[in-house]
Amino acid sequence: MNNIVTMLLQRILLGLLTLFIVSLIIFLGVSMLPGDAAQAILGQAATPDTVAALRKQLGLDLPAHLRYINWLGGILQGDFGTSIGNGREISEVIGVRFANTIFLAAFAACISIPLSLVLGILAALYRNSIYDRTVNVVTLSSISTPEFFVAYILILFVSVKGGWFPSLSNIQGETGFLERLDKTFLPAVTLTLVSVAYMMRMTRAAIINLLSQSYIEMATLKGIRNPRIIIRHALPNAWAPIVNVIVLNLAYLIVGVVVVEVVFVYPGLGQLLVDAVQRRDMPVVQACCLIFAVTYVTLNLIADILSILTNPRLLHPK
Amino acid sequence: MTIPAPPVENLANAADTLQITRAQRILRGLWTAPLSAKLGLLIIVVYVFVALFAPWIAPFGESEIVGKKYLPWGEEYFLGTDNLGRDMLTRLVYGARNTVGIALVTTVYAFILGGTLGIIAAVLGGWVDQLLSRMVDVLMAIPALIFAMLLLSIFGTSVLSLILIIGLLDATRIFRITRAVSLNVVVMDFVEAARLRGEKLAWITLREILPSISAPLAAEFGIRFCFVFLTISALSFLGLGIQPPTADWGSMVRDTADLITFEDYTPLIPAAAIAVLTIGVNFVVDWFLHQTSGLKDEL
Repeated sequence: MNNIVTMLLQRILLGLLTLFIVSLIIFLGVSMLPGDAAQAILGQAATPDTVAALRKQLGLDLPAHLRYINWLGGILQGDFGTSIGNGREISEVIGVRFANTIFLAAFAACISIPLSLVLGILAALYRNSIYDRTVNVVTLSSISTPEFFVAYILILFVSVKGGWFPSLSNIQGETGFLERLDKTFLPAVTLTLVSVAYMMRMTRAAIINLLSQSYIEMATLKGIRNPRIIIRHALPNAWAPIVNVIVLNLAYLIVGVVVVEVVFVYPGLGQLLVDAVQRRDMPVVQACCLIFAVTYVTLNLIADILSILTNPRLLHPK
Repeated sequence: MTIPAPPVENLANAADTLQITRAQRILRGLWTAPLSAKLGLLIIVVYVFVALFAPWIAPFGESEIVGKKYLPWGEEYFLGTDNLGRDMLTRLVYGARNTVGIALVTTVYAFILGGTLGIIAAVLGGWVDQLLSRMVDVLMAIPALIFAMLLLSIFGTSVLSLILIIGLLDATRIFRITRAVSLNVVVMDFVEAARLRGEKLAWITLREILPSISAPLAAEFGIRFCFVFLTISALSFLGLGIQPPTADWGSMVRDTADLITFEDYTPLIPAAAIAVLTIGVNFVVDWFLHQTSGLKDEL
């Protein structure tokens, strides 16, 4: 048991270190830019005195390491600074946006995870059959397809021609849950279509890898039936790769929302980031990138931890 | 299928014979390839042709305004016109040159960077390997598209910064795979023998290791190209990639996206151009992987 605790601690420390370095990159990258926020907020016409005053007020006259500590300390307390574009507190906007993005990713995950697990296991069981080959070609094609292509096809056929679901996901704070589901249906389906292929292929590879092991062959030779082999023999060892696939895919979904959000004008974090990059609103870019990166690193860390915790060989050491 | 061997008179002739048989072998390989791989090759050939001869194929100039905005499909403007009144077909043809060209340059650059560093890390090992690998770990901890957007907002959205940024981010993936496959080769006896002979690093890298890892790297090139191509298209679609007036498929979708609400297929066409090429390349890579490694049950 001790072994596992040390491994887990190592992973968590490594994750924290990664997060620290990531925050450093995001901070340093932006501070390399010529000019600063004070100049940008006040514009070219401002007198040097007013710029200097604002710099002092924003803490921009401090040396870089103090500014970094202030920035990070502020973020840990939920203060992301002020947007250059509209002078508003970033934390006012970013919470709602992030919640919207999580909602969309979760919705997509609810459809795509069960679907891809079933498809992947079936493809592994009937490998090299017509079903497997068809699924292989279809998933290869869907991996190769840009998200906006899938999105616009869905808009054209489901929304414009069919009229079943709205093509704009202009949800707001007071939008009810059912209406929210209705409006986010198309973005969620788009995300599902582009992510199922990855998950399904990973599941298929994980199961095939397992089924080729000698203890499974042994079970087959003993005359145990297929369903029992899968449930009793293969699954306990398959949880680790499958859980890994699911969590990695969640990470992919949360990051992959950017394009889909822009197509459907969905008020999420990705949309905010794209707008901020276009306007070069650096504090907002920093905040969005940090949230995306933290989510991504954390989910990867969780995938690591879960795969340690579900590994029978580590749980029952000799 | 045998060919009559010409009399071997000198060395040059012998080399010719070898070339013929190799060409024959490749042709035979193509003949027996599955339908999907043949389709993929056909797609690639068509795209390369269009990209090379774009000015002769396109009916108008690249960013020439030829008529009213959003004209429907017809005789004069085969695919209609875009939001500024530029001919869609013309821009589609030039897009093959620009979008595919930029993606190709980026991939080559990423391969030179990532591949070189990957082999060096594997051959030298020790602290060089540690340093490079940890740097790559950190770069890969941030999702590529997000990182690209951060860097693009710092360095501005020009084609050069696009190539350098996407290339750098993609080089991390190439570094990993090159290092991994090279590590398997580095421990082999013939590399050890070369080291004992006192060969230089460049010799060991180019003459001993590179030939052994070229097959997996060739497949990886196809995969990375698709990835780079899709990333650049996504960024261009978001308005952060290739900038106007350069004709590019991602931005063309963005420019004409409004038409979709009028049941017009126009925005789907540049998007389909992107999808068809990546699907084609993937089919070829899939076949190539089967051919070279005999893998049947891998991803």
